[in-house]
Amino acid sequence: MSDERRPNRHMRLTLRIWRQPDASADGGMRTYEVEDISPDMSFLEMLDTLNETLIERGEEPVAFDHDCREGICGACGMVINGQAHGPERTTTCQLHMRHFSDGDTIDVEPWRAAAFPVVRDLVVDRSALDRVIGAGGYITAPTGSAPEAHATAVPKPAADAAFTHAECIGCGACVAACPNGSAMLFTSAKVNHLNVLPQGAPERESRVLGMVEQMDAEGFGGCTLTGECATACPKGIPMPSIAAMNREYLRAAAKR
Amino acid sequence: MVRAVRTVLTMATATRTPAPQRTPPGPPRRPGLVRTLWGSTLGKKAVMAVSGLIMLAYLVAHMLGNLKVFFGPEEMNGYAHWLRTLGEPVLHYAWFLWLVRVVLLAAVVLHGVSAYQLSRRDIAARPVTYQHRRPRASYATRTMRWGGIILALFLVWHILDLTTGTVNPRGQAGHPYENIVAGFRNWYADVIYIVAVLAVGLHIRHGFWSAAQTLGVTRPGAARLFKGGADVLALAITVGFLSVPVGVMTGLVD
Repeated sequence: MSDERRPNRHMRLTLRIWRQPDASADGGMRTYEVEDISPDMSFLEMLDTLNETLIERGEEPVAFDHDCREGICGACGMVINGQAHGPERTTTCQLHMRHFSDGDTIDVEPWRAAAFPVVRDLVVDRSALDRVIGAGGYITAPTGSAPEAHATAVPKPAADAAFTHAECIGCGACVAACPNGSAMLFTSAKVNHLNVLPQGAPERESRVLGMVEQMDAEGFGGCTLTGECATACPKGIPMPSIAAMNREYLRAAAKR
Repeated sequence: MVRAVRTVLTMATATRTPAPQRTPPGPPRRPGLVRTLWGSTLGKKAVMAVSGLIMLAYLVAHMLGNLKVFFGPEEMNGYAHWLRTLGEPVLHYAWFLWLVRVVLLAAVVLHGVSAYQLSRRDIAARPVTYQHRRPRASYATRTMRWGGIILALFLVWHILDLTTGTVNPRGQAGHPYENIVAGFRNWYADVIYIVAVLAVGLHIRHGFWSAAQTLGVTRPGAARLFKGGADVLALAITVGFLSVPVGVMTGLVD
């Protein structure tokens, strides 16, 4: 459909974006105007448009993380109008500008958590999540070529539960949305993903104990069951995932 | 040749998952159960859940006992006396009550200390707030901390009022009915009590369902039961406790 037939397609927006030159510098919200934003653009493409004009004007472009731009890598986290990944239940790269209106003012901020220091502008260091994985979010087994699929029988409900939890892309939206900056939903997804499978059973206890210990050591807050995390999660990791990890943890703690 | 084999072996091991640094499989080297639980956020939450459930069980019994006030001074005071003779002759006079008080004190202290430490941690975990604020969570969820502080302060007042009788206008031991009526004739005693009862209702509404999740209730059927149970309990306890000052204020209890 051509632009002539849809004359009011393009939007003009006011953006208030967190700018911070580096981790140690003070930051603040800065206001920018963007024009000619198509409703079919993704939020990141809108930011690309802004950055092009900033570069043309000789200003520093807004730094933000992004990689796959198809909603599976979890790199593109930012808080849009107070919501992790913005108003839709998806990643920022899959959020389209049609969910905003012409003339809107949009606030864009980085993930806020003590465990996620700001690197620059909207980029935060999420390696704390990697260290939680490193404390048990794997199976200690020689890898190599894929094993024969029928060698280990997995009950269908266990496979379904594992897949649900395996959807977590580690974007950190749960931490950003939680008023306590807690990584419980992330950690529970990773713990449950492996603990429900027979392959994960040998390290079932050390996994949950180690990952929770690391999660606490990284300075994430505790869970007060507000449910903000599961509401923000672009992959729909469900709230009962947290209760399931609590059960695993208490079981493991009692068993040792 | 040997070098080639070693290279292949190195590559083979390199493709394996790196050995865990923090949780080596094999000999257990972790601290005991109590230290593990007290040292982790999940463990402290479990302490809060269990101590909260103990206090909740007491509150249900307490609320039902309070309803005796509607059956007159003899029944109320007789019930209060029976509580002190409960367990006799195995227990000495009032020992049962003191056992309950010791358990409750331990529950209050553990609940409060855990809440304080976890809250400090939670606040530190979000040092910078968002510029764009939006309403978050339910009222019951947001008021857990302040509600808890209100309840702790009320406990002090409540014990001075109706246990020791220090701040009660009558304060006569063995006559709870008369003390209750005398106390609730003061408007400020009513206000303090009503605020505290509303706070405890909200606290239970979020707390009971949270305790269930903290202790690992995951099955959908059980989850529905606990979630609904939280609302029912909160409402029953609020209405039950409110009925006493309302009864005195309306002259139903005299």
